Amino acid sequence: MSNAELHTLTGAYALHALPDTERVAFERHLRDCEACAVEVRELSETAARLGLAVADTPPRGLRDRVLREITTVRQESPSGIGRDRSGGAADRGDSTTGRGAGGTGQGGRRPRYALAACLAAAVGFGGIAAWQHRAAQDARQEARAAQQQNEQLAQVLAAPDAKASSGTMKGGAKGTVVVSQSENRAVFMASGMRQPPSGKVYQLWFDDRGTMRSAGLMNTPAASDAVLLDGPVDGASGIGITVEPAGGSAQPTSAPLALMNFPAA
Amino acid sequence: MKEAVYISGAPSAGPDLQELLGLVARGDQDAFAKVYDAVSGPVLGLVRSVLRDPAQSEEVAQEVLVEVWRTAPRFRASRGSAMNWVLTLAHRRAVDRVRSAEASAAREHRAALLDRTPAFDQVTEQVESRLEREQVRRCVRTLSELQRQSVTLAYYRGLTYREVSELLSVPLGTIKTRLRDGLIRLRDCLGVSA
Repeated sequence: MSNAELHTLTGAYALHALPDTERVAFERHLRDCEACAVEVRELSETAARLGLAVADTPPRGLRDRVLREITTVRQESPSGIGRDRSGGAADRGDSTTGRGAGGTGQGGRRPRYALAACLAAAVGFGGIAAWQHRAAQDARQEARAAQQQNEQLAQVLAAPDAKASSGTMKGGAKGTVVVSQSENRAVFMASGMRQPPSGKVYQLWFDDRGTMRSAGLMNTPAASDAVLLDGPVDGASGIGITVEPAGGSAQPTSAPLALMNFPAA
Repeated sequence: MKEAVYISGAPSAGPDLQELLGLVARGDQDAFAKVYDAVSGPVLGLVRSVLRDPAQSEEVAQEVLVEVWRTAPRFRASRGSAMNWVLTLAHRRAVDRVRSAEASAAREHRAALLDRTPAFDQVTEQVESRLEREQVRRCVRTLSELQRQSVTLAYYRGLTYREVSELLSVPLGTIKTRLRDGLIRLRDCLGVSA
């Protein structure tokens, strides 16, 4: 479908009238089309006015039920870190707000461009293999999902000096590390990582020129996941990832699944 | 974000709903009760317009309202109004429900969808809702017949644009275009800006 054709889908998208496959394609287009994103926002606000116009008076009992129920429902944390990702409801919540026409892509726009620009620069710099560029695109998509969960993580990805490098880990999973020296933080993204063996966790490390410094645990590696590393980058030259006993270790106790150097500044 | 311009009075939910959601995001249950009072009517009305079945609508509305509590920390005012955020959740949920296999089997009399005008007839005592409804009704009247049918079938009935196209026997491309230019006309008539 051409861009012009895609652009006419803003109305259908704002009304949630696209079948899933077309919605996904359109959302991909939205990421690169600022004008579409603005229009989607306006049309989505317009649709909400149609919703307001059919307001109804809820039965009294509903209020009591809802107010009672929320006392037992745990809220998500703003960052998304530490929230329960095992439940279907949480995933639904993501997709609902993620593709919600009103919120679509606005927050993600700048970070994506910044990262894209950096990736382009990296490609020009070192003549990186084609598969790695593809991995970077995956990373960008993952980055987009991550932004919705975690503003701080998004800040790293959005930083003008954010740089990414990718590699394949033992076991075939792909890892990408994004580092921003100005934010002094790093983000790790994996795709295709398996659950760790029972009783074990993945632990991330900063590589301080040969000395490993814990950068937190990856609790539930989803098929594609992005994690803000704990602590500042400071002088670290890269990151490592190991399998550790539940709760993590003070120092790595197993050979790393991957060691990845930060891209040269 | 610039607030929408309301020609005949702003819905009371507008200005401070965003602040209330901020409090809700920090676990304030009293603030949530106020959010409930502001959004439950629109949420239920919208869900009911899509699902029709009162019991099912109430169930889905309850899910949506609890979802508002649960995910309030993720609301970002920079991405749109608070009411839009809530109603997007509500519409999405209702549409997902209506498109699930059982639900669509139940919608056997599709032609009946055409006969129903949007449910602007529901009774609320709230003055703001009445004003809002009048304004939307007035603006919907400015649409062409095909724009009106396309937009209302998609939004109030939860049809995909393909279903709208089949139902109205109008080519897909035309429906896509009418959904867009219909909404644009409504946007301009209602003075919505984002």
